[in-house]
Amino acid sequence: MTSPFTPGITAGRLTPETLSSNFSDLHAPYDGHEASVAADRCYFCHDAPCMTACPTDIDIPLFIRQISTGQPQAAARTILEQNILGGMCARVCPTETLCEQVCVRETAEGKPVEIGRLQRHATDSVMASNAHPFTRAPSTGKRVAVVGAGPAGLSCAHRLAMLGHDVALFDAKPKPGGLNEYGIASYKSTEDFAAREAAWLMQIGGITLHTGRKLGVDVTLSELQSDFDAVFLGLGLGAVNALTCAGTDRHGVSNAVSFIEELRQASDLAALPIGRNVVVIGGGMTAVDAAVQAKLLGAENVTIAYRRAQDAMPASLYEQELATAKGVRILPNVMPVAIHGNGTCAEIELEYTTTEGGTLKGTGETTRLPADQIFRAIGQTFVPAGTDGPALEHGKIAVDATGRTSIPGVWAGGDCTPGEDLTVVAVAEGRDAAMDIHTTLTGEA
Amino acid sequence: MADLTTDFLGIKSPNPFWLASAPPTDKEVNVRRAFEAGWGGVVWKTLGAEGPPVVNVNGPRYGAIYGADRRLLGLNNIELITDRPLQVNLDEMARVKADYPDRALIASIMVPCDEASWKAILPRVAETGCDGIELNFGCPHGMAERGMGSAVGQVPEYIEMVTRWCKMYYDKPVIVKLTPNITDIRGPAKAAKNGGADAVSLINTINSITSVDLDLFAPEPTIDGKGTHGGYCGPAVKPIALNMVAEIARDPATHSLPISGIGGITTWRDAAEFMVMGAGNVQVCTAAMTYGFKVVQEMIRGLSHWMDEKGYTSTADFVGKGVPNVTDWQYLNLNYVAKARISQEDCIKCGRCYAACEDTSHQAIWMHEGRTFEVNDAECVACNLCVDVCPVENCITMERLAPGTVDPRTGRTVPAEYGNWTTHPNNPMAKAAE
Ligand SMILES: Cc1cc2nc3c(=O)[nH]c(=O)nc-3n(C[C@H](O)[C@H](O)[C@H](O)COP(=O)(O)OP(=O)(O)OC[C@H]3O[C@@H](n4cnc5c(N)ncnc54)[C@H](O)[C@@H]3O)c2cc1C
Ligand SMILES: Cc1cc2nc3c(=O)[nH]c(=O)nc-3n(C[C@H](O)[C@H](O)[C@H](O)COP(=O)(O)O)c2cc1C
Ligand code: SF4
Ligand code: SF4
Ligand code: SF4
Repeated sequence: MTSPFTPGITAGRLTPETLSSNFSDLHAPYDGHEASVAADRCYFCHDAPCMTACPTDIDIPLFIRQISTGQPQAAARTILEQNILGGMCARVCPTETLCEQVCVRETAEGKPVEIGRLQRHATDSVMASNAHPFTRAPSTGKRVAVVGAGPAGLSCAHRLAMLGHDVALFDAKPKPGGLNEYGIASYKSTEDFAAREAAWLMQIGGITLHTGRKLGVDVTLSELQSDFDAVFLGLGLGAVNALTCAGTDRHGVSNAVSFIEELRQASDLAALPIGRNVVVIGGGMTAVDAAVQAKLLGAENVTIAYRRAQDAMPASLYEQELATAKGVRILPNVMPVAIHGNGTCAEIELEYTTTEGGTLKGTGETTRLPADQIFRAIGQTFVPAGTDGPALEHGKIAVDATGRTSIPGVWAGGDCTPGEDLTVVAVAEGRDAAMDIHTTLTGEA
Repeated sequence: MADLTTDFLGIKSPNPFWLASAPPTDKEVNVRRAFEAGWGGVVWKTLGAEGPPVVNVNGPRYGAIYGADRRLLGLNNIELITDRPLQVNLDEMARVKADYPDRALIASIMVPCDEASWKAILPRVAETGCDGIELNFGCPHGMAERGMGSAVGQVPEYIEMVTRWCKMYYDKPVIVKLTPNITDIRGPAKAAKNGGADAVSLINTINSITSVDLDLFAPEPTIDGKGTHGGYCGPAVKPIALNMVAEIARDPATHSLPISGIGGITTWRDAAEFMVMGAGNVQVCTAAMTYGFKVVQEMIRGLSHWMDEKGYTSTADFVGKGVPNVTDWQYLNLNYVAKARISQEDCIKCGRCYAACEDTSHQAIWMHEGRTFEVNDAECVACNLCVDVCPVENCITMERLAPGTVDPRTGRTVPAEYGNWTTHPNNPMAKAAE
C-alpha cells in the first residue's frame, strides 16, 4: 500500500477521504449567528484604519454594520461596489497584513475583527442567491479589449461593462480567472469558487470572453489598438525565476507554480503524484502554498529552504504558522548549492548563509537533506508579449496612477505592473484603469 | 461572608432577593425549586377572584430586545394573572409556607375594584399563613381593559381606597405594587401611603411594543396577524425603575415608606444600586426567566462580597445611603468644572470620541496626525459623551479643574465655593446671595 513513507514520487499516499478533508475550506464559513457575533465586535471606527488599509477601499465598518442589522446581501453590495471579486478576496487576502493588521481591536487585544470571514459571509449570500446586484448603463458604443482574465482583467472588464462599454476579454488559457483558477491554494478556493465567481461576474452582460487567445501569438497589440477604442493589459507574470545551482536539470525538480496549477486542475487528488521528501526553495506565499499542499497530499517530510532569516520571509507570520501547523519545517538561512542524484534527484545540498553589511554570503558550511522532489518558488517575472509592447520599469509595464502605459490608448494593471503582487491589488488596479478608460472615452468623470 | 438576612416590614428572609409575582412563582413546584436554589422569598403569581380563572392567549406571549450575542436586554409579555383556580393556588401556598417557614411568601392579589371582592378574598389568603400581600395595581395589558391592574394604579384615589379596604380586612403587611405607566410616580406612592400601605413595590411592567414584523406589518408577539402592547421588563427598564424608586425615597411625603425595588435587576450590583437608592429589598423576574433560578447565587455571593469589602454587616447599613445625594438639577454645583482627559496609553484609536464630539457635541476633540486624539480644553464642556462612547473603559476620564485655575473655555477662574442655578446671575428668578 502506498503511504507517506513510500519512497520516490508517487500518487495515492493518502485515502480519498483524508485528501478531501485536507483540502476542504481552510476557514469554515460562518453560520448566521457566528457572523452576527463577529460583526458586533466592530466599533464602527471614524475614518476607519481598516478601510485605509484595504487596497480596494471597501467601506468595512459600513458593510459589517449591515451584516449586524441582518442584511448580508446589502452588505455584499457595499463590498462589490468597490471590489467585484470581493468573494475571492475574502478567501485569499492576507488580511493579517492588510485590513486586520490595522484593525483597532488587533492593536487593543491582538484579536482583530475577522473582516475577511465577514466579507465572505456577505458575498457568499449573494453568490448563493445567484443574483447579480449590478446592471449596465446604456451602451456607449465604445469597445474595449481586455487582455488577461485574471483578477485585474476581470475587474476592469466588469467595471467597463457596467459603465456601458462593450468588452472583449482575451486569455491565453482555456479558463478565465488567472491565478484565481490556476494559482491560489486549493483550500482557499474550494468547490470551484474561481470558476463560479467568474461566471457570476459575467452576468453583468456586455463581456465577450475569448479563451485560448494569446497576445503576441494569436493577436498583436497593434491589431487590438486598431480594432478597439482602448486596450487593457492584465497579463500577470509569465515566467518563473531560474534556480542557479548545479543539478537543476535532474528529474523531480520543477516550478512550484506548475505544481500548484496541476493540483488546482486535478479532478482526482489521489491520482496526483508527490514526493516522500519534498523541499521547497523560496520564502514567499507561493513557497508556503506549495509546501502546505505537498504535505496535505501526503508527503512525509516537507521543508521550506529560505536563504535569509525567518523574519525576513515575504510570507506573513500567519502563513508561516499555517505551514508549521500543517507539519512543514521552515529552514531559514540556507541556499541551495547542488542537487544530487542519479538522473533523478535524491538529495539537496544547502549552504548556510549569513548577512554581512546587507549582503547575503555563504558561510562555507553545508548540509544535505533527502529530496526526491524539489519545487522552485523563488519568484516570477513578467514576460513582455511581443516587441510592440509598452515601456517597462524594473521589468514590469510602467504605468501612471490610473494605469496608463507609455502607449496612448493602452492601460495595464495587476501583477504585470509595479506594486504588490496580490489579488486585491490587481482588482483595484483593473477597476481604476477602467474608470480612467471610461473618462477618456466619454469625457465623463 | 456578610450576613444577608433582611427584615422587610417585619418579614424576615435569609437574603433580600425575592422572586417577583410572575411565571417563576406560578406553582408549588417552581416555588419549591426556587427556595432550594436560594431565593429569600417569593411573591406568588397574582391571584384573581373566585370563579372561572382568566385565560391566556395560546400563541406567543413574549417579545424580546437583544444586545450583542442575543443577550436578552428587554422582554415584553402579554400574559395575564394566574390562570389556575384560586383554591389550587391557596392550597399550594399553604403547603409551601409550612415547609419553608424561614422564607418570605407574599400573596399578590388582583380582584375587581369593589369592597366585596377584596373582603371575600383576603380571609382566604390569610389562612394560607403567608407573610403579607401585594396589591397588583400594575399589570398594563388585558386586566387593565377589565378595570383592574394599571387601570387602578393610574388613579390615585382608587389606590388609596383599595389599600384602605385591605388594611381593614387583613392584618399582616400590605404592599402596593405600582405601575410605571403614569407621569409622576409620587402621586400613586402618596395615595398608597395615605391608604395605610406598609410599603410600595415598583415597578411593574411598562407599556410597550418590542418590534414589528415587517412581513406581517403587525406588532410582535403576533397572534394570528395581530398584536397588542405588552409589559416591558428586564435590564432595559432598570434606569426607569431606579429613578422611580429614588423619587419616592427622597420625597418628604413618602420618605419613610418602605420600598421593594423591582425592574431589570440581574446582578448583585443592580440589587445594591436599588437598595442604596432606598429599596429595603428587591424583586426579580426577568433575570430568573432568562437564566433560571440559579442566577440568585451570583446575587447572593456578589452582594455579600461587596458588603465585606465595604465593611457592612447588615443590609440596613446601606439601604437608602444614596438617597440624600439625589437632588434637583437646580441644586447641582455649577462651579464644578471638569475636562475630559484621554489616556494615550489606553487609547486604541478608534476615533469614536472624535466622531461623537465633532459631529454631535462640542467640537472639542482634535484628531492629530497618526490618529492621536486630544481634548481641546477651550471647547470641552465635560459633557461625558466621549467617555460614554469610548469602547475602552477608563480610557477617557473627567478631571476636575482645581479652584483658582482658569477654565480656558470661559476664561473665568474656577471658584472654590459651591454655586447653583438658584443664585446664578443668568437666572431671572435668582435670589440674591445673602
Ligand atoms: C501560487 C500563488 C499563490 C498566491 N496566493 C495568493 C494569495 O493567497 N492571496 C493573494 O492576494 N495573492 C496571491 N497570489 C498572487 C495573486 O494570485 C496575483 O497577484 C493575482 O492573481 C494577479 O492578478 P493578475 O490579473 O494581474 O494576473 P494573473 O492572475 O496572473 O492573470 C493573468 C492572466 O493573463 C493571462 N495571460 C498572460 N499572458 C497572456 C497573453 N500573452 N495573452 C493572453 N492572456 C495572457 C493569463 O493566462 C492569466 O489568466 C498568489 C500567487 C501565486 C503564484
Ligand atoms: C410573563 C410575566 C408575567 C407577569 N405577571 C405578573 C403578575 O401576574 N403580577 C404582577 O404583579 N407582576 C407580573 N409581572 C411583572 C413582574 O413581577 C415584574 O414587576 C416585572 O417583570 C419587572 O421586573 P424584572 O425586570 O425583574 O422582570 C409579570 C412579568 C412577566 C415577564
Ligand atoms: S478597524 Fe476594526 S473595529 Fe474599526 S471599523 Fe475596522 S474592522 Fe471595525
Ligand atoms: S466631554 Fe463632551 S465636550 Fe468634552 S471632549 Fe468629551 S464629548 Fe467633547
Ligand atoms: S473613543 Fe477611546 S479608544 Fe477610541 S479614539 Fe477615542 S479615546 Fe481612543
